[in-house]
Amino acid sequence: MKSYALFKKDISSELRTRYAINALAMFIIVTLSIILFSIGNERISSSLTGGLFWVIIFFTSMSGLSRVFVSEEERGTSLTLQLIAAPSTVFSGKLLFNLILVFAMNTVIAILYSALFNTFVLKNFALFLTSFILSNIGLAFASTIIAAIISKAGAKGTLYPVLSFPILLPLILTSVQLTLFAMDGTSFETAKFELAIVGCYDVIIFTVSYLLFDFIWKE
Amino acid sequence: MIEYSLTVESINKTFGRRLIFSGINFKLDSSTIFGISGPNGSGKSTLVKIIANIISPSSGKLVHNLNGTEIKPEKLHNHIGLVSPYLVLYDEFSAYENLNYFSEIRGISFDKEKVDKLLNKFLLYNRKDDLVKTYSSGMKQRLKFIFALMHSPQLIILDEPTSNLDDEGKEVVYELVKKEAEKNIVIIASNEKTDLSLCSETIDLKNYKK
Amino acid sequence: MKTTWKILLFLLLCFVSIAGISFPIVKNPQAWYEFPFIKGLEENAKIIFFHVPTAWLTVIAFLMTAIYSIKYLRKKNLDDDAKAYAAAQLGIIFCILATVTGAVWAKFAWGSFWSWDPRQTSIFALLLIYGAWFALRSSIESEEKRATLSSVYAIIAFVTVPFFIFIMPRIMTGLHPGSADDTNAGPIVDFKMNGNMQLIFFLSLIGFTILYFWMWRLGYKSIIYRDKLNKKLIRG
Repeated sequence: MKSYALFKKDISSELRTRYAINALAMFIIVTLSIILFSIGNERISSSLTGGLFWVIIFFTSMSGLSRVFVSEEERGTSLTLQLIAAPSTVFSGKLLFNLILVFAMNTVIAILYSALFNTFVLKNFALFLTSFILSNIGLAFASTIIAAIISKAGAKGTLYPVLSFPILLPLILTSVQLTLFAMDGTSFETAKFELAIVGCYDVIIFTVSYLLFDFIWKE
Repeated sequence: MIEYSLTVESINKTFGRRLIFSGINFKLDSSTIFGISGPNGSGKSTLVKIIANIISPSSGKLVHNLNGTEIKPEKLHNHIGLVSPYLVLYDEFSAYENLNYFSEIRGISFDKEKVDKLLNKFLLYNRKDDLVKTYSSGMKQRLKFIFALMHSPQLIILDEPTSNLDDEGKEVVYELVKKEAEKNIVIIASNEKTDLSLCSETIDLKNYKK
Repeated sequence: MKTTWKILLFLLLCFVSIAGISFPIVKNPQAWYEFPFIKGLEENAKIIFFHVPTAWLTVIAFLMTAIYSIKYLRKKNLDDDAKAYAAAQLGIIFCILATVTGAVWAKFAWGSFWSWDPRQTSIFALLLIYGAWFALRSSIESEEKRATLSSVYAIIAFVTVPFFIFIMPRIMTGLHPGSADDTNAGPIVDFKMNGNMQLIFFLSLIGFTILYFWMWRLGYKSIIYRDKLNKKLIRG
């Protein structure tokens, strides 16, 4: 499968050079440390705990998810990809890579976070897991298309969070809400509207990205 | 017998306010060597990119035909092979790995025999498992030829094909161009007289600056 | 726009502004120039004549930016990009006005300028979208690339807008009339305004909308003429 082959290429390139993995791992550790230091011995409320979780996820995403397109553009291999693959293949391949990256990254963050913050208690774990999966998918979808946009513009690094934040905002707000529900032990029944919102977001962003990618990719 | 044709109709290209060229028209059929010449900065590489479907013309259109039916833009890439100075291969992989991935991403099965033959012809067989990072510019250029030919394209576009090559390398390229031109279309964009002497027809881009 | 229309628009907006600010709010409106009390709003109600139109217009402007972005992507005609740009310029101005008038109203009605009520969050998000859109544009030199990439971003941003406008206020509790915990549907929907108030309100809405379209036309035409002149000067 062509997109899968592109994904394999990206993964083996990453495993060989380890640029992104190292940077992301350090970033997660540094961010968690900063937050721990700033909180000190204060006891933080559960809603703050839930919110901070997504702050860390957002900033880690901003540091790592643009690489899929920006590195190809910077090295000049975008041209190579254009010569060997149709735009839809490139889009699906890169999306797959970011999906795996988001899940890996956020699982690490979730594990470290629950180890370091004792207020992060998930009474309804199944709800957390469901919202985790849905939100990660949405995060991957949105950040991939924005990464494609900024890779073709100048001033790559700083523009990425500026463009991503408004697009991700509905997702983040709802995900924070769902995390708080999971921490409080709310039932699936009560949370189903929020889960539906994230699900819709995922579908809508994917559809729009898929339709618009061709315009971004070929000049 | 595969019949490929490329029709270029009234192509114009402007970048912002700067006119690169306008009014380019030609039609190419299989078994042709076509030349594009012009001083540096005249837009040879731009025209090459437009033909290879990398960038769009500002106006006009191109039609690629295979055995009478038009090829859709999304499917063009497997019919075209491009060698160019600004083509970059993945230097964290070896030559063999690069070519393997390219086949897979193209959705074509890796023709080991053909690739080995090409590697031999371009004297890269012994270095096929070395990282491209370790290659000299001449070796990279030769690897680009293998990249352009391994999927047996019907339209081969060579932009500055003999740059970075020694005389022996150039001979290999010329021999190859003549061989490919028996069945396919070869386009050469260059300023070198020896390169252009192979071409049956050449356009000079300085004539299209209207 | 012809002069008579301009004068009429000016008179309309003057009337609306004066009426909006000076007509008193009393318990039992008797005279034609008196407005009733609305539960939850009372004296503050007058800002509705200005705040709601600015919020309305910033959304209209965004809708137009998105529409002309779609048009540009289909036809690659830079005139459509100019129209989208002119709309966005007005959009961000009205967005700032809406945020500020909203914050002022919030101070008087709810005690603080900002409280992350869902509608406040939405207008802030819209401000961020406009800001990001302009930032993206200023980072790209090439005209066509700039138009293409900003069109794509405008469309993506546009599809997130329904989330803010319709869904968020329903699920989050908020201070705006019409939020999840307000049993009123809001003074506009419920028509708690009496006839006169409604009249002034709709006149204001119409007046501002006409003003917007007039400014938008001026805006995009001047961009198109300026670009044509630039091209002529360089080509010689």
